[in-house]
Amino acid sequence: MLEIQNLHATVGGTEILKGLTLSVPAGQVHAIMGPNGAGKSTLSYVLTGREGYEVTDGTVTLDGEDLLALEPDQRAAKGVFLSFQYPIEIPGVPGLTFLRTALNAQKKARGEDEVSAPEFLKRAREVAKSLKIDFDMLKRPLNVGFSGGEKKRMEIFQMAMLSPRFLILDETDSGLDIDALKVVADGVNALRSPDRSMLIITHYQRLLDYIKPDQVHVLAAGRIAASGGPELAHQLEAEGYDKYAA
Amino acid sequence: MAAVKKTVDQVKALEAYEHGFVTDIETEFAPKGLTSDTVRYISAKKDEPEWMLQWRLEAFERWLALDEPEWANVHYPKIDFQDAYYYAAPKEKVGPKSLDEVDPQLLETYKKLGIPLREQEVLLGVQGAPKYAVDAVFDSVSVVTTFKKELAAVGVIFCPMSEAIRDHADLVRQYMGSVVPVSDNYYACLNSAVFSDGSFVYVPPGVRCPMELSTYFRINAAQSGQFERTLIIADKGAYVSYLEGCTAPMRDENQLHAAVVELVALDDAEIKYSTVQNWFPGDPVTGKGGIYNFVTKRADCRGDRAKVSWTQVETGSAITWKYPSCILRGDGSSGEFYSIAVTNGHQQADTGTKMIHLGRDTKSRIIAKGISAGASSNTYRGLVSTNHKAANARNFTQCDSLLIGKTCAAHTVPYIEARNATAHFEHEATTTRLSEDQLFYAQQRGLSKEDAVALLVNGFVREVLQELPMEFAVEAQKLVAISLEGSVG
Repeated sequence: MLEIQNLHATVGGTEILKGLTLSVPAGQVHAIMGPNGAGKSTLSYVLTGREGYEVTDGTVTLDGEDLLALEPDQRAAKGVFLSFQYPIEIPGVPGLTFLRTALNAQKKARGEDEVSAPEFLKRAREVAKSLKIDFDMLKRPLNVGFSGGEKKRMEIFQMAMLSPRFLILDETDSGLDIDALKVVADGVNALRSPDRSMLIITHYQRLLDYIKPDQVHVLAAGRIAASGGPELAHQLEAEGYDKYAA
Repeated sequence: MAAVKKTVDQVKALEAYEHGFVTDIETEFAPKGLTSDTVRYISAKKDEPEWMLQWRLEAFERWLALDEPEWANVHYPKIDFQDAYYYAAPKEKVGPKSLDEVDPQLLETYKKLGIPLREQEVLLGVQGAPKYAVDAVFDSVSVVTTFKKELAAVGVIFCPMSEAIRDHADLVRQYMGSVVPVSDNYYACLNSAVFSDGSFVYVPPGVRCPMELSTYFRINAAQSGQFERTLIIADKGAYVSYLEGCTAPMRDENQLHAAVVELVALDDAEIKYSTVQNWFPGDPVTGKGGIYNFVTKRADCRGDRAKVSWTQVETGSAITWKYPSCILRGDGSSGEFYSIAVTNGHQQADTGTKMIHLGRDTKSRIIAKGISAGASSNTYRGLVSTNHKAANARNFTQCDSLLIGKTCAAHTVPYIEARNATAHFEHEATTTRLSEDQLFYAQQRGLSKEDAVALLVNGFVREVLQELPMEFAVEAQKLVAISLEGSVG
């Protein structure tokens, strides 16, 4: 699925990723953990093509296709989805309008038929219900005035509606109380499938109690410093990141 | 390489103005320049009665004594008023005009603009779709007005101004210049002297006009100005909704458009006036050419509980200078102003409204959304005032500015004059920049950069678009998106 080879990236002239190599096979969930400033969010922006995040060396491929050559919207159409650490407010644009426009743009890019309004609404109602989202909230301007937890739930809602192939969750647990965390985790787990992979970026191990990863990697000083099974997350929780400090 | 890129961008930008074509049609001009003879020429061409000619000549004399206003936040070289044509008309046979007699070239032009002149086509449209009566003004003359018979059946008069001057002289003499006096301002005065055509609407007492009325203005001829004059009267308890649209070919020189629009609403009458203004904005890179849109629009809520609502979507013109206003004279009357002003390239807009509260218990509401991109400048200028007799006047004003890029400017200049202690005026203003965060977020969900800008801007102007008749709201939404093409990245 996703292959990252020797990735170097700079932000504002400073090198943040320094030769990161990572492979996430189809159907697997990998967690990236690491101290603040290790480059976790940079990795998520580099993978999604944000302006200002410059790749200076290395390759990233999704099912063999060069991801770095594509615009952010093209990557989205290929199935790359980022659940933002801080979801953005979009004034004046109802959530449903935003999402339907996005979904149809992706479908168009893939040469598929657009989704009809009734079909879209039917699915939106189902997904909203499963995530315990009040349907009326979807008619309000996206994320405007939403609480931190509501915003995160909206991210998972969008993720479920767009059915991406490669999911990046950036600090999805931050700002969630335990009940909301369970709802979000259930939503994410429901999306696990043999042809879908996930990269879960998190500072704490808490989320991984609910979304069980196949592998855990430690990102420190712009590189993968260690990899292991789920037990690595517990070890980090107990020992901290000190021994990986640059 | 830079030069190649520039050319490519230029061509792209030109494509964005889809109404930039010129119709090759035989045109008759007045002699170039402006003297009292020009005024006589126009009046004679229109076969006007003596009183009209005298009115014009008086206006011309006053205009000579006036100075061009310089207070607006717009900059341009001095206009040479002698270097323009004040009358340009497609050559045609004299006589009554039905659609069949209209030059097919002209009909083709309006078809290109997507304006349904042929009533059959309108009638064949989607079932249950509202009908629109259209008055089409090409350069200085009105070429065709549709649905006149249907409107006449309920007593509504909808005709070219030149026809109204001949056939409805009493109404014209009673109301013309009663809202915007001849010497109100420099451009209104000029218009009073040389106005060519425009629309006239009269809705009799208690009549709800059965369809939307609209006028399409098209400047085609080179080096000519357009000076149309529109007068709408809603008699007691009447209702009318009116929409105007404007386009012009792309030319290197600047062309002047100085219109006057007067609205009169009597007791319990309501007028909704919408504008979708898309005059050629000039070359987006060099700033060359484009229309100078210097327009005076004013409504008089002359009767008690009268209501006037202005909605404008301003995307075109090199320079826009206009302040659709309401004089709230009648007790309990109300005025509304909803505006979207988009500037890109080198466009300059200084626009807003005046709400003048004279009657008791009068209300007004102003929602203005300015969007600036490129190297443009966008100013909101508004006045809200009450005199000492206007007890319990209420106003709510909201001005929001959106900046796209780093080389544009937005200004807000609100004037508030409350001379009555019972007045209740609220003013809110915001200025925001279209953020990289928002753009990236939308792109990450699958929208191209252009589509992301369009969606975000659409969200910003939504409150105003909702005020437009539905079909036009869709048009306006597209227009706003097209106007901002190429404004990011």
